[in-house]
Amino acid sequence: MIPMVVFALKALGREARAGELKILFAAIVVAVTAVTAVAFFTSRVSDAFMQQAAEVLAADLRLESGRPLEINNSYTAKAHELGLRVARTTSFSTVLFNGETSQLTSIVGVSDGYPLRGTLRIANDLEGLGIATMELPQPGEAWADARILGLLGIPLGASIRVGSLSVRITHVLAYRPDQGTMFSALAPTLLLAESDIPNTHLLLDGSRATWTLLYAGAAHDIAQFQTWLHTYKSASERLVAVSESSEQLQRTLERATRFLQLASLSTLLLAAIAVALTARRYSQRQMSTIALMKSLGATQRFVFYVTALQLFVTAFIGAIVGIVFGWMAQSGLMWLMQDLIPTSMPPPRVATAGLGLAVALITLLGFALPPLLRLRNTPPARVLRQTLEPAPLSSLINYSSPLLAFSVVSYLLVRDWLLIGYALCGLFCVAVIFGLAGTLFVRMTTKVRGVAGVAWRYGISNIGRRGGESVVHIAAFGLGFAALLLLSVIRGELVSDWQRSLPRDTPNHFLFNISETQITPLNEMLASYGVSLPAYAPWVRARLVAINGISMQSQPRALTERGRAFVEREQNLSWSSKLPLDNQVTAGAWWNDNSQSSPQVSVATEFKDELGLKLNDVLTFDVAGETVNAPVTSIRKVRWDGFRPNFFLVFPPGVLDSMTGTFMTSFYVTHEGRKGLSHVARAFPNITVLDVGKIVDQIRGLMERAALAVQYVFVFTVLAGVMVLLSALEGSRDARLYEAAIVRALGASRRTLLTAVAVEFAVIGALAGVLAAGAAGIAGWFIAKHLLGVAYHFSGALWILGGGGGGLLVGMIGLLATRSVVSSPPSMALRGH
Amino acid sequence: MTVLEARKVSKQVSSPEGVLTIVHDISFAMNGGDSVAVVGASGAGKSTLLAILAGLDTPSSGQVWLDGQEITGLDEDGRAAVRSRSVGFVFQAFHLVQSLTALENVMLPLELTAVTGAKAKARAALSAVGLEARANHYPSQLSGGEQQRVAIARAFVNKPVILFADEPTGNLDTTTGSKIADLLFSLNESTNTTLVLVTHDRSVAQRCKRLIELDSGHLLSDLRLR
Ligand SMILES: Nc1ncnc2c1ncn2[C@@H]1O[C@H](COP(=O)(O)OP(=O)(O)OP(=O)(O)O)[C@@H](O)[C@H]1O
Ligand SMILES: [Mg+2]
Repeated sequence: MIPMVVFALKALGREARAGELKILFAAIVVAVTAVTAVAFFTSRVSDAFMQQAAEVLAADLRLESGRPLEINNSYTAKAHELGLRVARTTSFSTVLFNGETSQLTSIVGVSDGYPLRGTLRIANDLEGLGIATMELPQPGEAWADARILGLLGIPLGASIRVGSLSVRITHVLAYRPDQGTMFSALAPTLLLAESDIPNTHLLLDGSRATWTLLYAGAAHDIAQFQTWLHTYKSASERLVAVSESSEQLQRTLERATRFLQLASLSTLLLAAIAVALTARRYSQRQMSTIALMKSLGATQRFVFYVTALQLFVTAFIGAIVGIVFGWMAQSGLMWLMQDLIPTSMPPPRVATAGLGLAVALITLLGFALPPLLRLRNTPPARVLRQTLEPAPLSSLINYSSPLLAFSVVSYLLVRDWLLIGYALCGLFCVAVIFGLAGTLFVRMTTKVRGVAGVAWRYGISNIGRRGGESVVHIAAFGLGFAALLLLSVIRGELVSDWQRSLPRDTPNHFLFNISETQITPLNEMLASYGVSLPAYAPWVRARLVAINGISMQSQPRALTERGRAFVEREQNLSWSSKLPLDNQVTAGAWWNDNSQSSPQVSVATEFKDELGLKLNDVLTFDVAGETVNAPVTSIRKVRWDGFRPNFFLVFPPGVLDSMTGTFMTSFYVTHEGRKGLSHVARAFPNITVLDVGKIVDQIRGLMERAALAVQYVFVFTVLAGVMVLLSALEGSRDARLYEAAIVRALGASRRTLLTAVAVEFAVIGALAGVLAAGAAGIAGWFIAKHLLGVAYHFSGALWILGGGGGGLLVGMIGLLATRSVVSSPPSMALRGH
Repeated sequence: MTVLEARKVSKQVSSPEGVLTIVHDISFAMNGGDSVAVVGASGAGKSTLLAILAGLDTPSSGQVWLDGQEITGLDEDGRAAVRSRSVGFVFQAFHLVQSLTALENVMLPLELTAVTGAKAKARAALSAVGLEARANHYPSQLSGGEQQRVAIARAFVNKPVILFADEPTGNLDTTTGSKIADLLFSLNESTNTTLVLVTHDRSVAQRCKRLIELDSGHLLSDLRLR
């Protein structure tokens, strides 16, 4: 064993200069770099995204209840057992007074440790953005929203009465992580110490208030705790997890991750093709040496181990280099993302390095094993008769080995059998079609010989003469181009979808509580800040009391957490004659001028799904004591991420108009115009202004970075594609060298030869490109629609890019790579080989 | 003592024209220290017979004993073991590993069997063929004659019982060829190996003790020259 290893390593040292080992090395480096960079990156970024999303809850998990939660109940014990951090908040609404002025305020009492995620920001004036703080209001102190001070007209440092408690307002509360957006933020917040809450004497038995337990900890502890709570919590307690809180972030992250996974799968596939081609070439080149060694007495086992060890060591070193590069590339990605990722990131996981190594070795094993097994069977009599070759392996080993390896590695990478299943089916179909098309084409070239010029004839006839190899090239280049084209179209669709979803003029302000008479003066005022006529949506609050005449208490259907919230909480009902922006009717029909006179309701898909509604189900609402019956006449899919007022429940005009509702609106205002909005608040004290600019910016930033990350990773895929090209060319190098020498010895000029090479490769490349464009178009449509949920646009440019680009690229690289072949003096090639 | 014996050896191959018999029922035996030249027209089956005798290939029927062992009953690895122990080769096309130096090429058979002191033995073998000065040269830096001398050093380095040479002078000019033949025969003498030599060169063939002539796979004549 030892001498064998020593021998293999020595021989490796000598073989290292050979082209195919260099390419094998490079292919492994590229694959491992891409795979580890993406893995390092996605694991760290998804942690970071989760952290960011967790900010919205100020925790990883919240348990909300309408009744007081005991401080040291069994939940807390379980949480401590799992090593989770716990904090509490108590919140309720009350009216604060300053002389004659009053303001509805949300009082929030917080315990030590709050917030568990994100940080509070405080300021010392009304306009400031505030600075982050780790402190909390002490007993006797309060931090107040600027709006409270503004609306009540009291200065910072003054005292204010909250029930029977008097507190001094020591800071302006500029931001708290769980302040919420939209409807929940109607009333401004006054933040108190938890221990002060009883002293207000406002919370009598039966008062409406929300008691919340906040939990934070390691992801899998939280997950465990969440399952536990689901079983043990009482029905009236509501569990809110991160994933529900920030659909937008979640979806962006999911899509970006999906894409990165696709990219790393493609990179892997390309690298694997390169590995397979180089291993094939390696075994071809080694065949004579192996025959010689066998004639000198080497056993099959020996030659197999020696060759396997050589490839293994090459791949191993390649993997180590790849892991280092992957880590560096990942740092680059992190740098791109730095201002989005809040605090300290968890370090990259060691397991990821293991993943890189596993990917390299399994890929090598699967894709290089068949040629090595065949190489092992080289007949020793080849030393006497150069044309002797080992018998081909059974196609079972030939195909199952790479397939198995690819499946295993794919699983290590994406852990999603469905995706892998799609990938493998797609690959299989594409490989078969490309193979057949390639064979057909090669056959054709043997017939069309009469075309112009000797160079063309020689080039085209070369394709036919190297029949088998040409088919392999067409299939390999085709797969490579398909992967590249596919990724680039998908990437394009993804990025433009992101850009579409949050255009520059995405609304960054919401106004609530607008009365009908205020709309006209408000519009005038807004116009002076550069805001042109926003759309106003009217709404009232109502409770769903029955479906099809059966009261909600007697409904048979078991509801999810969210479904219960729809039933238990007041819903916001709106009305409109036109289908609002960002809405799409998926069932039934939106009303027209004739049909809108009767009471009816259009529900959003979420509402329909949670409550199991069908068209024509009759919903009964209690709107401020009045009963409204309305059949469901349409179902709408709503894009909630457009930052426009949107509602689960929309009625036609005329049904709810008599109710005293208010209007809300949202609009985009420039940075300069923004300052004017404080005048709006002063001119219309009842109107609540909510600035969501920061959220929009944050999400947009996230998407832009995700898009950038996606481009960045794409570079590796391109590199892997280049490896495929190089390895394919390397494969025919010897034969080319020899033939070129003969043809030149017979008097062909360099020019003729070069043209012939260019023609040969360009034709192969163009065909591969056209085939690839077809495959990429179909796969792109499938992936966009079914895996990423974005629109897909077929484009003819793909074919032009595929055919033209493929021809040009392969032709040029072919030329460059074989230039030396053509340039070397014929005598050298004829003598050396 | 018989070191090589062939009994009714035949070889058939399939070709586009159907099954071809390229070696017909050949039987003969050789004693240790003997030397035999195998001659015949191109395509007569000389290389095929040599491959079968040396255990590089298997006959379709018949048996071969090499160094006291029936190699036709062994599997590939068994035959490999016999080759590494008892057989040396010299080929028309030299077959040096291009990525190895002359010395490393000579060390190859020793390394394969993990013999100790491989380097010293290889140096000794190289100086026996007069190439100690070129030990660190690569094959591409050597002339054809020099390459063949390296190959001869490699063939003798593990002291084979029997040496097979397939047209060792076929790629060389007459002068160089006869020098190579001199070297081969003198090493054959001094190490007392048995030599099986396929050649087109009558003058080289005449230097063997025995002459076997093949024609279309048949043994035409078997002459003892001295
Ligand atoms: N594996 C094989 N398949 C088909 N035909 C074969 C095979 N091996 C040898 N032959 C044929 O058998 C015949 C004998 O071949 P062999 O190489 O033994 O001849 P040779 O006497 O060594 O000729 P030369 O002097 O030219 O080297 C030839 O016609 C050859 O084409
Ligand atoms: Mg021959």
